[in-house]
Amino acid sequence: MTSAALRSRAWKLLEMVTTPLLPSDYLDLVSPLRAGADLRGRIEAVHPETRDAATIVIRPGRGWRGHTAGQYVRIGVDVDGVRLWRAYSVTSPTDRRDGRVTITVKAIPDGKVSNHLVRRATPGTLIQLDQATGDFVLPEAKPSKVLYLTAGSGITPVMGMLRDTGFNDVVMVHCAPQPQDVIFRDELHRLVADKKLRLTEVHTDTDGMLDIARLDELVPDWAERETWACGPAGLLDAAEKHWSEYGVPERLHTERFRPRIVVAGDGGEVTFSATGKTVDADGAKPLLDVGEEAGVLMPSGCRMGICFGCVTPLKAGAVRDLRTGEITEAEPGVLIQTCVSAAAGPCDIER
Amino acid sequence: MTAIDPTAHLTAEQIEELGRELDAIRDEVIAGRGEKDAAYIRKVISAQRKLELVSRGVLLFSIFPPAWVIGTAGLSVAKIMDNMEIGHNILHGQWDWMRDPKIHSTTWEWDHVSPADQWKHSHNELHHTYTNVIGKDNDLGYGIMRVDEDQKWHPFHLGQPLWNFINACFFEYGIAAYDLELGKNLNKRRRKNPEFRARAKAVGRKIRKQVLKDYVIHPLLSGPSFLPTLAATFTANLVRNLWTHSVIMCGHFPEGVQVFERRSIRGETRGQWYLRQMMGSANISGSKAMHFMTGNLSHQIEHHLFPDLPSNRYAEVAVKVRALFDKYELEYVTGPLPKQVFSAWRKVFRLSLPNKKPKVETPAHEQELVAA
Ligand code: FES
Repeated sequence: MTSAALRSRAWKLLEMVTTPLLPSDYLDLVSPLRAGADLRGRIEAVHPETRDAATIVIRPGRGWRGHTAGQYVRIGVDVDGVRLWRAYSVTSPTDRRDGRVTITVKAIPDGKVSNHLVRRATPGTLIQLDQATGDFVLPEAKPSKVLYLTAGSGITPVMGMLRDTGFNDVVMVHCAPQPQDVIFRDELHRLVADKKLRLTEVHTDTDGMLDIARLDELVPDWAERETWACGPAGLLDAAEKHWSEYGVPERLHTERFRPRIVVAGDGGEVTFSATGKTVDADGAKPLLDVGEEAGVLMPSGCRMGICFGCVTPLKAGAVRDLRTGEITEAEPGVLIQTCVSAAAGPCDIER
Repeated sequence: MTAIDPTAHLTAEQIEELGRELDAIRDEVIAGRGEKDAAYIRKVISAQRKLELVSRGVLLFSIFPPAWVIGTAGLSVAKIMDNMEIGHNILHGQWDWMRDPKIHSTTWEWDHVSPADQWKHSHNELHHTYTNVIGKDNDLGYGIMRVDEDQKWHPFHLGQPLWNFINACFFEYGIAAYDLELGKNLNKRRRKNPEFRARAKAVGRKIRKQVLKDYVIHPLLSGPSFLPTLAATFTANLVRNLWTHSVIMCGHFPEGVQVFERRSIRGETRGQWYLRQMMGSANISGSKAMHFMTGNLSHQIEHHLFPDLPSNRYAEVAVKVRALFDKYELEYVTGPLPKQVFSAWRKVFRLSLPNKKPKVETPAHEQELVAA
């Protein structure tokens, strides 16, 4: 028998010992970061960067496969007891010797997770991790000239790149409201002092928003540069237009932080994605009824919110709890009770 | 269906007002759910796992009597924790709001021969929706007992104290059979129903795994302690079964608890539904440890009003609920465990016999009967 087969036999036996739990349920108690466990990380430190941004140092579990500069990682954090998932760019270099990774988080107004991470996260806390992903990364062949065009927390994936790979000729144009809002400012200025970077800071509170046409003056050779841009949609749209008009769209790489825009309304178009049905629903009718009337096979039980026999994944959009008025927005892993939830705007129910 | 309806003094408006007041209690808890509650259930789960591990570890040496005693006691408590404060409550969806897929009603499985999904159906759905409605809520007597004067007596019921005792000893199997609705499904035609067969198979699989673990694998691992370990796991299962059975009996059987007729729930409003839960359940009073070991089902009334609120909150909810009982002049049935168990058993014995000839009823009483 091969050793793999032997191991799987042993594991089966172990499962018989621990049933109905799994051996991992016990191993998680002592070693949540071990190889083979669901991927997790432990927060080891939180370093403030600006008044509303902080870098979180994470020791990833053994299953972490590393990242490429510029990629992001999804993390699951328990905020007020509720697990919420968000994506953040990895800001540490890929060759960090202690194996830790960092993400840098800017607290956005009303951002549940970002505010929690920046202001309340404490070392020692376990978080859930996904493997790093994203194709906002540097190419294998080194470009001779590079431009980084960033705004606000759009600097975070670029910082991962800057720290990871040195280029001969790097220019950065970064926008932030005021000097003290520039994340990583000291480090950027050190790079400038070491002649590793040419930096232009645009302080939008005093200078106004960056007009993309100003690039000609700020970085005269911008069109010859391989460019990575990350920031709010307005900036990126303008950049894409600018690069296309100039006939060099292939030189521009953009990363959009997709804020989840959920319009919580009253009723809306309900999609039952597994069956491919779409119907209009008002804001008062339980989704269970909506589905059944549309001929979708909906699991149900008590029909009054007590048996949890109707829970179904909410894939997109938002729903309102008919008892409390509470809005639940779609996020990976979010399940709703269809018998007491109604459409709060367009939504997608996995049935 | 008691001769005198203990809620007769309430007007329809009062009942709806009561419903609104209960909704407010519920909303308050939901708004306040948070980190502390999450930490609580995680702590309980981790404690249960550690206790089970240590107890099973000690049982490897159960050939030595002190090890047997300690290991058996620990395992019994671990099994009770698994079934009561953890399993029962997670399967009610009490912790779904945490969005932790590992502590979720859709993924949890418990140390019990009834598979979680089947139990959820018969318990969460049938029992909790139709609480104490004769003919709809099979928890009333589990289909083998007569628990109300108005149920028809049959000579079979003469043996019900014995059936109940046997059921108590093998309670988890009783529940599995009950979840399968064995009585109803064993006739020739229904036996072949593919849906029933699939469910029966699932129960078979679960039983096999559970039995293999408790009565083969762990004893084998114990080597020379094979027999003592076997006896220990048997004892722990027995203790767990007797305990859970007693707690469950206290929930709806003690004297003072009302049962309802099928037709009484037609068109039931939210307020009336709440009222039925209030009148159809009974609590157990006692210490914190006692509440914990019952999985907070000692707060059965609160649990039936709000089956999906986190169990660690029932104690604080109980204070407010009890105030409502007083306000609306309703009887809050509660008492210490021995008293409630005794009361429930007395009923089992009493109803094993046909009803005593009714005393000569006063006309006034008869009128009330009609009115009720
Ligand atoms: S059908 Fe029972 S909770 Fe939705």
